[in-house]
Amino acid sequence: VAEADIISTVEFNYSGDLLATGDKGGRVVIFQREQENKSRPHSRGEYNVYSTFQSHEPEFDYLKSLEIEEKINKIRWLPQQNAAHFLLSTNDKTIKLWKISERDKRAEGYNLKDEDGRLRDPFRITALRVPILKPMDLMVEASPRRIFANAHTYHINSISVNSDHETYLSADDLRINLWHLEITDRSFNIVDIKPANMEELTEVITAAEFHPHHCNVFVYSSSKGTIRLCDMRSSALCDRHSKFFEEPEDPSSRSFFSEIISSISDVKFSHSGRYMMTRDYLSVKVWDLNMENRPVETYQVHEYLRSKLCSLYENDCIFDKFECCWNGSDSAIMTGSYNNFFRMFDRNTRRDITLEASRESSKPRAILKPRKVCTGGKRKKDEISVDSLDFNKKILHTAWHPMENIIAVAATNNLYIFQDKIN
Amino acid sequence: MSAESPEPASADEQKEMEDKVISPEKAEEAKLKARYPHLGQKPGGSDFLRKRLQKGQKYFDSGDYNMAKAKMKNKQLPTAAPDKTEVTGDHIPTPQDLPQRKPSLVASKLAG
Repeated sequence: VAEADIISTVEFNYSGDLLATGDKGGRVVIFQREQENKSRPHSRGEYNVYSTFQSHEPEFDYLKSLEIEEKINKIRWLPQQNAAHFLLSTNDKTIKLWKISERDKRAEGYNLKDEDGRLRDPFRITALRVPILKPMDLMVEASPRRIFANAHTYHINSISVNSDHETYLSADDLRINLWHLEITDRSFNIVDIKPANMEELTEVITAAEFHPHHCNVFVYSSSKGTIRLCDMRSSALCDRHSKFFEEPEDPSSRSFFSEIISSISDVKFSHSGRYMMTRDYLSVKVWDLNMENRPVETYQVHEYLRSKLCSLYENDCIFDKFECCWNGSDSAIMTGSYNNFFRMFDRNTRRDITLEASRESSKPRAILKPRKVCTGGKRKKDEISVDSLDFNKKILHTAWHPMENIIAVAATNNLYIFQDKIN
Repeated sequence: MSAESPEPASADEQKEMEDKVISPEKAEEAKLKARYPHLGQKPGGSDFLRKRLQKGQKYFDSGDYNMAKAKMKNKQLPTAAPDKTEVTGDHIPTPQDLPQRKPSLVASKLAG
């Protein structure tokens, strides 16, 4: 597998018509959903390539002897305000605002230049004409409109567009900055957890997100399994949280692995804004913003890995950062696992399902078969044993269409798009 | 001669044995400590965090490099170690050790 092709982020836009992926090679590929077409009914809902561009390039910071990867860590769409589409894409150090626009007309009949672009001698022009617009083959162009650089000493792990549609935040391991979309040479630092003495460092910021409706509220998660909710109205520097979410731990069950597996790899608000979801190594937790002392729901993603932590530590898999996502109505959540498995939980019925994203297990338009991991004892037919799981096939990034039951699943260098059976 | 019976386990050891039975996590921890006895003696958190914060760090000193090149005229220098994750002032860097500029970028295969 070419490393550059490994998908590092997947994100639907607000309407769900566009799906963006970013990869380790710094490229962005945008897919667009096909319009309903009576003559080809089964192509409804298919996503085809719409645009692709090189977002970030590899860099070397000579002053700090630091290699800056071009890998796209996150893509976040802006709400659409005109015919063009805008998205933010970021690598470890630099955030860029990209404009994706369509061109399906071109002007012909210029006065000062020929059809092939050569300039005409102005003294030879004896008559003026009005250029006319002629249709042309659709061209989709991506251009960088803003480059937000030099604001992060550490590696950017999150970006989040605010509900005011004017500002956004970017978070690295120790700091969170607030930007205005129009201003690239300044940003405000709103969280700084860097200790005066780095020897005292005990936790880092792992993810951050703005509240979907309250433009003054954001949350950030930590490597110690805690979430802090901050209100920007209370002070300019939000080092003191407004709410602190942590599940109490049973001290007798503490082990060397406890802190590592409690590290939160992703935090996402529900669409309603009432709940938030966190992903740690073995579980997904749903928190009610009104209750700080424990989550309201906990879902086990792959509890059978608890007895494999030693080898997962040795092969570094224990540090894998899985993401999670809500469906449009907040009734279901989804997250990835190993062996190209991904899990979906229905919050109402409490049913869960394990599915596989791989070419071998599914043909186009075939219904996915539920998978099951055998945790011990006799393995039933069609079950897979824990020791047979392929830990190199990890599904870290998934996305759910904002309104429909269409999901995008990134399996290493392949993108799978699944949807509800069409009747 | 009578065989000596083993010493009765102390309360701590007994609890540890119980833990292993009850908690798979503790059993895994015991496995890890057996393989890496020095692990966890410093606060575990700081080690991981420092490694995380240092991602991407590469070292190259042009002074060392040029001095070494000059010295190479006189004697043969030992070849670079196969493990080139960290190149510091002690180890004379060679052109192979320097971070390579990635080759020209091609289009993503997802773009078809």
